[in-house]
Amino acid sequence: MRFLSQAPRRYWLVALVVIVFAGLPTQVTSFQSLEWAEVLIFAIVIMGLNLLVGYSGQISLGHGAFMAVGAYTTAILVHRYHMDYLATIPIAGLLTGLLGFVLGIPALRLSPLYLALATFALAVVTPSLIKRPENLTQGVQGILLPPPQPPDWVSSMFASVTSGPAMTSDQWLYYVSFIVAVILFWVAWNIVRRRPGRALMAIRDGEVAAAASGVNIAGYKTLAFGLSAFYAGVAGSLYGLASGYVSPDSFPVALSFTLLVGAVIGGLGSIAGPLFGGIFTFWLPIMSSQFVQTQDWIPDQVASVFKNAGPAVTYGALLILIMIFAPNGLAGLILSGYTRLRSRLRGVGERTTGQVPPDPQTV
Amino acid sequence: MTRTGPRMAAAAAFLVFIAACGSSSGGTVATDVGITSDQILLGNTIAQTGAAASYATIANAENAYFTYVNSNGGINGRKIKFVILDDAYNPAQTVPLTKQLVEQNQVFAMFSGLGTQAQVSVRDYLNGQRVPQLFVATGATTWGLDFGSHGWSLSWQPPYQGESRIYAKDILDNHKDAKIGVLYQNDDYGQDYVKGLTDGLGSSTSLIVDKESYDATATSVASQLAKIKASGADTLFVFGIPGPTIKALATVTALGWAPRIYVNSVSAVATYMKIAEKSGAKIDGAISVGYIKDPTDPQWANDAGMKLYRQVIANCANCDANNGFNIYGVAVAYTMVDILKQAGTNLTRANVMKIASSQLNESGSTANPFLLPGVTVSTTSSDHFPIMQEQVIQWTAEAWHLQGSIINERGTIK
Repeated sequence: MRFLSQAPRRYWLVALVVIVFAGLPTQVTSFQSLEWAEVLIFAIVIMGLNLLVGYSGQISLGHGAFMAVGAYTTAILVHRYHMDYLATIPIAGLLTGLLGFVLGIPALRLSPLYLALATFALAVVTPSLIKRPENLTQGVQGILLPPPQPPDWVSSMFASVTSGPAMTSDQWLYYVSFIVAVILFWVAWNIVRRRPGRALMAIRDGEVAAAASGVNIAGYKTLAFGLSAFYAGVAGSLYGLASGYVSPDSFPVALSFTLLVGAVIGGLGSIAGPLFGGIFTFWLPIMSSQFVQTQDWIPDQVASVFKNAGPAVTYGALLILIMIFAPNGLAGLILSGYTRLRSRLRGVGERTTGQVPPDPQTV
Repeated sequence: MTRTGPRMAAAAAFLVFIAACGSSSGGTVATDVGITSDQILLGNTIAQTGAAASYATIANAENAYFTYVNSNGGINGRKIKFVILDDAYNPAQTVPLTKQLVEQNQVFAMFSGLGTQAQVSVRDYLNGQRVPQLFVATGATTWGLDFGSHGWSLSWQPPYQGESRIYAKDILDNHKDAKIGVLYQNDDYGQDYVKGLTDGLGSSTSLIVDKESYDATATSVASQLAKIKASGADTLFVFGIPGPTIKALATVTALGWAPRIYVNSVSAVATYMKIAEKSGAKIDGAISVGYIKDPTDPQWANDAGMKLYRQVIANCANCDANNGFNIYGVAVAYTMVDILKQAGTNLTRANVMKIASSQLNESGSTANPFLLPGVTVSTTSSDHFPIMQEQVIQWTAEAWHLQGSIINERGTIK
C-alpha cells in the first residue's frame, strides 16, 4: 500500500490509459475496434521512429519500407508456409530489425541529412522491389491473409464480459495490437531511462561531447536504427494482419512521410508522444476527408478545397501551427499546459523543492 | 472450454431471435440492410487524393446521375444516397473505409470502387458479409473469371485482356508482317494487356520482337523506348496509365521514330491525346478502341444519349463535361439504376446480385444510351463479363474516328 500511495502521479495516469484502452472494444463496435487497432499499430511504429528521431537525433524517411518488410514477412510465412500468424509477429520484427541493423552500419556513417536521403531512397525503391520476386511476393497481385480468429477461451470470456455476441476477428486483432503496444512501450520506456537511452540523448545533444565521454557513437546509432526498424517490422506485421491484404500499393512513399509527421506532431523525445502521433496519423486523413464535408457551417468553397486537397492541406496547416505553438508536439503541449496550470494554482516551482521543472526537451 | 458450449448456444439463440425480429417486420416488400422506405444507401471508395486523384471525378459523375434519377422520382419512390470515401488508391486504406461503410453506415451495396489492388483487398470481406461489390472500376480479368468463387463481386467495363485481343485481331487482319514492340506498366494492369495481346496473336506471337516494362512511378521511359526502337520494331503498343503514356508518346517523336502506335483505351481519352500532341508527339494514325461515346466527338452532338449526358453532368459543379471519365461514371451509374429498378419490390442484396450477374440485358431498345450504338451490357448464368464489345478508333485531325464495326470478344476469355 505504501508503494501505491507513493507512486508518482504519472503512474496513475498510465494505469488509467491502459484500462481505458483495455476496455475500449467492449464499448465500441467491432469496426471501431479495428480503427483503434490501427491507431495502436501506428503508435508502435511511431514509437520506433521516436527512439531514432527523438532520442538519438537521426532522421528516417524510410519507415514505411520497414513496415512493408514486416508485413510481407508475416504474409509470406502465413500464406506460403502456413505458420501461425501470432508466431510471425516477432519473426517479422526480428527480421526487419536485423535488416535495419545491417543497413544502419553503412548508412549511419552518413551525416543526418544524407541519412534522411538514403532512407528516403529505401522508401521509394521498396514498392518496386516487392514486385520483382513474383513467386515469393505474388508481385502486384498482393497476398490475401485470412482474418485471424480469436482462441475459443478468449472469445467466450469476451462474450461473458460484454454479455453480447462472441468476439470478432477485428476485436481480437485489437487486443493483439494492444498487448504488443503495451509491451513495446514498456520496453521503450525502460530503454530511454537507462544507460542506452542516456547514451542516445548524449549523441543527439552533442556528438563530440558524447564521444569524449566514452560513448560508442557508431554502435549506439546502429543499435537505435536496428531497434527502430524492429518496432516498424512488428507494426508492419500487425498492419498486414489488420488489413487482411498486403500489396506494393499499401506502402507508398507518402506513408513514410505521414509517420515522420505523426512522430513530430505527437511529440519527439517523449513516451506518450507516439500514442498521440498514432491517433493523429490514423484519424487526420479520415477526419479531413469526411468530417469537413458534413459540417454545414463551413463555406462550400472551403469544403471543396479540403475535399480536393484533403489530408495534405490539413497536414500542412496543422504542422505549421504545431511547430509554432507547440514545438514539443502534442505531448509537450499537454505537459507544459499542466505545468503552467499547476504553477498558477500553487505558485511557481515544485512543492517540495521549490525548483522550476526543466523543459522536457533539454533534460 | 466446457462452459463455452452453453454460452455460444445462448449467443446463437439471441442472434436467431434478432434475425427473426428483423424478417417479421418486413411486410409485403422484401428489403435488406441499407434500404428504408424512401432511401437506398450505396457506398464507394475511390482515390480523391494522391497519384490517382484524376479518377476522383468518376464518383462525382456517378453521383450526378443519381441526383438526376432522384429528382425524377427516384427508384420506385426511393432516393439513392451515395457515400464516397477517399482511399488515396491505397488498399490498406480501402479495408477500414469499406468496413466503415458496411458496418457503420450500413450500406446496401458497394458500387464502382476503384483500383484492382484496392478492390481485391476487400473482395473476400464483402463476399463473406454477402454485400454486393458491384461494377468495380477496374478491367482486371479476375472479376469475371473468378465469379464462381466470389459471387458477390462483379466488374462492368470490358476486361483489359479482351481489349488487347482486339488489337491482336487488327494486327492479324491488317498488318500481318508487323514487328511489334510493347511498352507496358509493370503491374497487373499492364500485364493483363500483354497477356491478352499474346493470347490473341496465338501462333503469331513471334511478331512481338521486344517487351519493355516500367513502374508507374517512373519519371522517364526513354531508355525502354530506345531499346524497343533498336530492336527493329515498326509497331508500338503502349499499355500504361495516362501520365506515362503521354510522356512515352512525346518521347517516341523525340527519338525520331515513327512507328504505328496503339494506345490502350484507359489512356486514349481525347484530352490526354491532345496534351501529348501539345508536348510534341506526332500521333496521327494512332489506334485504340472505344465502347463509350466520346463527349468531344462532334458526331454525337445531336445524339439523344449525349444530350441526356450533358443534362445529367450539369448536376456536378466541378465536373468537366468533356472528360471521358465522367461519361464512364454516368454510364455505369445508369446500369446500377437499371438493376435496382428491375429488382422492384424484391429489393434484397441477393436478388440485386442475381439480376446483375445473370439477368443483365441492356441492348436494342433498352440499350445503355451512353455507350456506342450496338454495344450491349449483358450477363447470363455462364457469362459474367457485362461488356465485351469494342470498336477500333483512329486518331486523325485531333479527334478519334470510329473504324470498321463493333468487334465482339464475348466468350474468348476463359
